[in-house]
Amino acid sequence: MDYLELFISFARVGVMTFGGGYAMLPMLQRELVNKRKWVTEEEILDYFAIGQCTPGVIAVNTATFVGKKRKGVLGSIFATLGIVFPSLVIITILAAFLSNFADLAAVKNAFAAIRVCVCVLVINSVRKLLKKTVIDVPTGIIFGLIVICATVFKLSPVIYVLLSAVCGIVIKSLEVKK
Amino acid sequence: MILLTLYWEYFKVGLFAVGGGLATLPFLSELGQRTGWFTQQKLADMLAVSESTPGPIGVNMATYVGYTTAGVPGAVIATLGLITPSVIIILIVASVLEKFRKNKYVDSAFYGIRPASTAMITSALLGLLALCLFGAGSVMKMFTEGIFINYKAWILFAVLLVLTNIKKLKDLHPLVFIAASAVVGILFSFSGE
Repeated sequence: MDYLELFISFARVGVMTFGGGYAMLPMLQRELVNKRKWVTEEEILDYFAIGQCTPGVIAVNTATFVGKKRKGVLGSIFATLGIVFPSLVIITILAAFLSNFADLAAVKNAFAAIRVCVCVLVINSVRKLLKKTVIDVPTGIIFGLIVICATVFKLSPVIYVLLSAVCGIVIKSLEVKK
Repeated sequence: MILLTLYWEYFKVGLFAVGGGLATLPFLSELGQRTGWFTQQKLADMLAVSESTPGPIGVNMATYVGYTTAGVPGAVIATLGLITPSVIIILIVASVLEKFRKNKYVDSAFYGIRPASTAMITSALLGLLALCLFGAGSVMKMFTEGIFINYKAWILFAVLLVLTNIKKLKDLHPLVFIAASAVVGILFSFSGE
């Protein structure tokens, strides 16, 4: 029943995520780290970083990763199908019955407020992540520089991930020499 | 036959769109023009719906485009096409990663990647804050195009920030706060229309 559990867990994350990508972070932390204890906060971050550099939707990449870690190849397939299942059902129904769903005033108003809520939830998630990832001066510098670069220049995330990996290796090998 | 084409087209989108759901947009725009399956206007509508419904945007778009092109089977096939390359690539990366997890260089690399990953999330968050609280398309546009203070959003933002950090409330499911926000948004017409 582990496969079914993977499917249901990720279907829950899928149905509760509004906006995809980073908006999924608070849900992943709650469902996978706190409740199921399948992965750690650090692992989620690693999956996000890799998911950004590899092709495809980040949510799907993360689901595949966690599924593989839990239950191998079959687990990754169940987790991935789980995260896309709610979208399939919801969008198909909407597409069939409503052609102008997004134009409804109530929908626009609800989502304008939901976006504010997503901001707050992601702020709380980021605060948790900061405690675990910015652990000393070098990681603080990497964090600060990349926040500025990623906000000012719209470069591909691949560049930041590769650069920070090189920084990590250089810093650690300098520490060993000391 | 159209299902096979749809699967293949979406397989290519999944293979080449790097950086998450919105990265699939330019590919879909090109796909619509080339095949005539949907117009650019329809694509914009589909994006609006995908952003206003639960689920990853890239997956929602795939389902919608698939449904528009070939009904329910199309929705399923397009979505499966999108995720096939991801699953294959991630499975390969995951098995390599497991093998080298204990390697000291891989460990050092992740020491650098983790704050970078947090930083990229923070940067995306700043963009979201610029949009919600200052009505600007991005952080940089706040300086070039000016800002619009949405008081309703500021009040909701402050209230939620406090509520989600109160000891008794902070373990509530995030969906509770999202649902409450949706109700507040409808009651106080948040989009200003």
